[in-house]
Amino acid sequence: MEAMLALSHVCFSYHTVGGETLALTDITFSVGFGEFAVIVGPSGCGKSTLLSLICGLIRPESGEIRRTGRRTDTASRGIGYMLQKDHLFEWRSVYDNVLLGLEIQKKLTQPNLDRVNRMLETYGLSAFAQMKPSALSGGMKQRAALIRTLALDPDLLLLDEPFSALDYQTRLEVSDDIGSIIRREKKTAILVTHDLSEAISMADRVIILSRRPGAVKRILPISFPEEYDTPLKKRNSQEFSHYFNLIWKELKTYG
Amino acid sequence: MDKLSAAQQKYLQDRDFHKKKVFLCRLLLLFLFLAAWEGAAFAGWINSFIFSSPSRIAVTAAEMAGDGSLWLHLGVTLGETLASFLMVTFFGLLAAILLWLFPAASEVLEPYLVMLNSLPKSALAPLLIVWLGNNVRTVIVAAVSVAVFGSIITLHTGFREIDSDKIKLIYSLGGSKKDVMFKVIVPGSVPMLISNMKVNVGLCLVGVIIGEFLSAKAGLGYLIIYASQTFKMDWMLMSIVVLCLVSTLLYQGIHLLEKKYEK
Repeated sequence: MEAMLALSHVCFSYHTVGGETLALTDITFSVGFGEFAVIVGPSGCGKSTLLSLICGLIRPESGEIRRTGRRTDTASRGIGYMLQKDHLFEWRSVYDNVLLGLEIQKKLTQPNLDRVNRMLETYGLSAFAQMKPSALSGGMKQRAALIRTLALDPDLLLLDEPFSALDYQTRLEVSDDIGSIIRREKKTAILVTHDLSEAISMADRVIILSRRPGAVKRILPISFPEEYDTPLKKRNSQEFSHYFNLIWKELKTYG
Repeated sequence: MDKLSAAQQKYLQDRDFHKKKVFLCRLLLLFLFLAAWEGAAFAGWINSFIFSSPSRIAVTAAEMAGDGSLWLHLGVTLGETLASFLMVTFFGLLAAILLWLFPAASEVLEPYLVMLNSLPKSALAPLLIVWLGNNVRTVIVAAVSVAVFGSIITLHTGFREIDSDKIKLIYSLGGSKKDVMFKVIVPGSVPMLISNMKVNVGLCLVGVIIGEFLSAKAGLGYLIIYASQTFKMDWMLMSIVVLCLVSTLLYQGIHLLEKKYEK
């Protein structure tokens, strides 16, 4: 598989007056076109930092991040970043929120608007387009946030625990939802989570990070038989518990 | 429309009744105060030459409204207050935006801003008279100086408290610092801006009156000083009553703006 993103020997530390905190050390992995990679690890292992590095919001102290051959020095063009909370702006309508990225990059062209309208239609938000975000349910807000990210037509999506603010039932539905949207729009995605079930049910590959300083502990390819084709169905398969135990042990041995 | 249940109807009635009660009590309090004042003056318990009385204030107000002098003084004070308020709002916002855009500058300037903010501005008024002359300009500059530094500090602090993830979102969408400013920080600070305006309008009025005390040929502050020098207590108390009304009016004006924004 051709790599769309390759990290080699990436290190990053945070500096404060109190001292230096090594957040990530010697991170090396790559993600192929169309792949859904999930990064799991204990809290504070630098998962979010890793996404900020890939997005180009911060620079690695050493090592290199390459995307489809070029280095990601010039930040986030072509990368969509979905944060933990939806961060829809209450002073804008849902529609204006979704258009935020296009507005910033001055790409409010008719084809782009058509694409956004199609997504709003497909994902059940067109009736709510003129409302304020507070009128939406938690799941709908997350979908709106995803459309805002997809509006710029990124080829790589970064998802930073985008479901963690939702209650359990909504969380299952939304992760199902968003997983299938991402696959339908044929995007490459990297999801960060500390929920192992979520990781296994959505991933093509799970990248397990160790406790701080985060290092790649193991990379685990995930595959399910054909008939388990949605995250919810996958959760009921035998392979699921097998993978679960595997990752659980991996995380535990680091104690 | 659905028919309301009995319990809901009772709740609404009780609420309505409560509101009316509060309103009546407010009126009653005002009436009692005026009656006590008037009565005490009439009975000779207080010297109405020094303490005036509601009826004498009303007569004075009617006279001055008749010859137009009340409107002149009121107009001058209102005009000066609005002019300084607009300037404080504009310069306060502008300075706060610049400080946010240039954090290094804000770090350097911080102690000076704090010093200027805590300096009693009335101390500046005599200086301003020497520099700018005995005129309206001095009054407006004095009023601006009272409110503007606090406004800058409040707005700048508010800007820095905006959720950093919202800022991260803008950067992740390929935005610049300017986009962060005008897509997140400014629109996200509107409620704070309005509450700051409420404080400012009151402070501007304080500044205008201080300015008029020292250097003016018209205005309610001038009227108060003139009345005290010529011992016309009716004039003085009437000016104070009018000032009460003006400050309430200005505050309510901004309150209306706030309600309009919230809708």
